[in-house]
Amino acid sequence: MKVTEKDVSYVADLANLELSAAEHAGMVRDLNSILGYIDRLNELDTSKVEPMAQVLDRYGVDESRQGSERFAYANREDVVEGLRESLPQEVALENAPDSDATFFRVPKVIER
Amino acid sequence: MDLASLTIDSARSAVQQRKTTALALAEAHYARIQKEDEQIGAFLTLSKERALEQADRIDRMAAEGKPLPPLGGVPVAIKDVMSTRGVRTTAGSKILGKYIPPYDCTAVARMEGAGAVVLGKTNCDEFAMGSSNENSAFRAVCNPRDLTRVPGGSSGGSAAAVAADMAVVTLGSDTGGSIRQPASFCGVVGLMPTYGRVSRYGLIAFASSLDHIGPLAKTVKDAAIVLRTISGRDPMDSTSASVPVPDYVSELEKPVRGLKLGVAKEYFGEGLDDEVRHAVESAIEELESLGCEIVPVSLPHTPYAIPTYYLIATAEASANLARYDGVRYGYRAAGVNSLSEMYRRSRDEGFGAEVKRRIMLGTYALSAGYYDAYYLKAQKVRTLLARDFEEAFRKVDAIVTPTSPTAAFRLGEKSDDPLAMYLADIYTVTADLAGIPGISIPCGETREKLPIGLQILGKHFDEATILRVAHAYERAA
Repeated sequence: MKVTEKDVSYVADLANLELSAAEHAGMVRDLNSILGYIDRLNELDTSKVEPMAQVLDRYGVDESRQGSERFAYANREDVVEGLRESLPQEVALENAPDSDATFFRVPKVIER
Repeated sequence: MDLASLTIDSARSAVQQRKTTALALAEAHYARIQKEDEQIGAFLTLSKERALEQADRIDRMAAEGKPLPPLGGVPVAIKDVMSTRGVRTTAGSKILGKYIPPYDCTAVARMEGAGAVVLGKTNCDEFAMGSSNENSAFRAVCNPRDLTRVPGGSSGGSAAAVAADMAVVTLGSDTGGSIRQPASFCGVVGLMPTYGRVSRYGLIAFASSLDHIGPLAKTVKDAAIVLRTISGRDPMDSTSASVPVPDYVSELEKPVRGLKLGVAKEYFGEGLDDEVRHAVESAIEELESLGCEIVPVSLPHTPYAIPTYYLIATAEASANLARYDGVRYGYRAAGVNSLSEMYRRSRDEGFGAEVKRRIMLGTYALSAGYYDAYYLKAQKVRTLLARDFEEAFRKVDAIVTPTSPTAAFRLGEKSDDPLAMYLADIYTVTADLAGIPGISIPCGETREKLPIGLQILGKHFDEATILRVAHAYERAA
């Protein structure tokens, strides 16, 4: 077992999820099953491979240049483009589960 | 009115020539939805007021003899992961069950700007996470071709709505196959454009380096018309590319003779259903008889695509879904005493099982001590997968494969086994990882009359070629 019950509790805490006992047990089983399958990535030697963070990094990159010059294709003029006005306060608050006329309201943050 | 034969052009020209009205078209589709959708479950929300207002605007244009825009009066539906101002947008999740966006997704605004009548929002797997549409918090969607089977996912409602003639075209989203696989299962056309081709502003984010918006349609031409409408740079989405948008529709008519089509053995291996294999091989022969040259290519890292995808997609999802905290919008658990309890209980009660599983996997893959072994490793293998396509596209103009290893499976068949469900995307995820475009078109049926899909993959920003090949096949078949 790669992922223990303790790991699941730790990760659930990081992810702000409160799992029930049944969900907890299922999660240990499922994560181990999926990570077992994912382990096949270790068959590949990637020691000399650059990571790909996103697609547009590859499109139009000029490999003959150095540093940020490689991404010259993505340059644009330093002007405000298509900026829209912020939402009015009352619209921004419309979907809030709890608010007064000015602020989002949440339970007490600091415990005495 | 025969809704089954309606296309964008036939609907628009009927309204333009006053043979019918946009209002009558919308109402005929609502009547169809009323009659069929209780069984199918393709729609989550109908936007009647908005639709009838737009239909009225189009009808007044037609009455005044003004030329209608390209989608003038055409009834469409939108996957419920795209924000619609004033119309509930749930992402198939309880956590957004009552969410009413204050703004429109750019793709939706462009559809309406081109005259489309938005009938409503279509069902999907929660946050677009799933391959069967069974992960919707509201209800599963049934495949219109066989109600005991899934429509595919995650854009299952969008595919089913087109297949059951409840909309002429729909928008879906594709992160690992979520447009192409349901298109294949429901027997319709589904197009995932190049990463950056279509703005994602207003799309509820799942995995930002993989999410795409694209059309589902009855014909390749309709998919081309929609793509032309929604493509192009949007200042509100920094990942939308400033690449010129060709006229995809006129490009359809160019000849396919002499085009080189790659066939990769890695897409015809273990796990491929015999009937699907046979149908796809016949389609490839048909393309050869149309003058295309079939060239063997190799995509050797294909077996590593699913594990790579499920690390990258879940890692990005764990970050994107952190915003659902019960503060600014969305579900908040009742009776909580502290802020941290509110976060945890709201998320626990608001998210479904698959979403939690993916948040957990993604958080684990990004956590201290595992980042290099999982997330960084996956990003490196993603480079290898993208290079496979770069190599292949030096030799060929497009690559043809099955869309999915099987036809539509039964409701419940894979819902208890997440790994088995993930493997339904085995032929589609690699294109998302590489950012290349892909289209699925119908290429026959199984003995049980279930549709089979042919997938055509193309070079970055070369949707024109895959649409052209798809159009030539559609016309011949």
